[in-house]
Amino acid sequence: MRAGFLLAAGSDVDFMIHGLYKYTLFGQEFWITTTHVSILVVMLVLFVFAVAANRTMRHASEVPGFFQNIVELIVEMLDKMVESSMGSYAPKYRNYIGSIFIFIFVSNISGLFGLRPPTADYGVTLPLGIITFCIIQYNNVKYNKFGAFTDLFKPIPLLFPINLIGEIAVPFSLSLRLFGNVLSGTVMMALIYSLLAKIAIGWPGILHIYFDLFSGAIQTYVFCMLTMVFTTQKMPQED
Amino acid sequence: MNGITNEGLILACSAIGAGLAMIAGIGPGVGQGIAAGYGANAVGRNPGAKGDIMSTMLLGQAVAETTGLYGLAIAFILLFANPLLGKL
Repeated sequence: MRAGFLLAAGSDVDFMIHGLYKYTLFGQEFWITTTHVSILVVMLVLFVFAVAANRTMRHASEVPGFFQNIVELIVEMLDKMVESSMGSYAPKYRNYIGSIFIFIFVSNISGLFGLRPPTADYGVTLPLGIITFCIIQYNNVKYNKFGAFTDLFKPIPLLFPINLIGEIAVPFSLSLRLFGNVLSGTVMMALIYSLLAKIAIGWPGILHIYFDLFSGAIQTYVFCMLTMVFTTQKMPQED
Repeated sequence: MNGITNEGLILACSAIGAGLAMIAGIGPGVGQGIAAGYGANAVGRNPGAKGDIMSTMLLGQAVAETTGLYGLAIAFILLFANPLLGKL
């Protein structure tokens, strides 16, 4: 049965991760996939940008030029974001939050440039979630000492399993949120380009703005914000 | 029920299951709508705090979206990485 005259039946929908090159290491099979390629492209772009920014800021002028303006804008924006939610702990975490913000943002919007976004691979977002989990638990043990463990029995000891699950679920919910949002955008764009191939001229650009730019920026912000909120929760509040 | 292979039955039921899993989209939709409504209300009362209200609202909406994304993940697993086919 043919579904609708607009749907170009026969053209296959393609948004999966493809293996490009297979190699074996210690008896295990590994694949170089499209995710590796796009993550390398993203890292190359970031590296070039970082070197250029470093060059510019070394010869920073009193009246900033165009590129220096952009770099200062980004740094000030990230600093303000970290300071607004971490308060006096901000200087320690500025570097990490800024780095993952820029990395996730460029990864999310790389769908605009024809790459498959690296964050649409669960193997990329889960490590990001696990790093956040490690930071949270490190601060928990550092500031609460043994209380980090006894807090799990806090209101009544009966709630211990639920508290434990609540702690362990953090990296999974963080990474699934990022992964699900970016993947749904990727799937939608792939469906439009393959099923509506006959009339997909020009107007999918509007959808690109929503799915890649808007959704990507929001999810980047949310990931960084939640990382900071969860980390600050474990620290003693001074005020 | 003649002429239906085991694989065919599993694939058909998986497709139905994937569709049912996406019913999870109702909850986040309602929740995000309520959050956006109260956000608009708050901006109307206090237009000066628009930036803070905006970021708080987006954060809450993103957290509310998680349950829907769990449903999406299950739908994707059923459609593209079906674990049930291996049980045959």
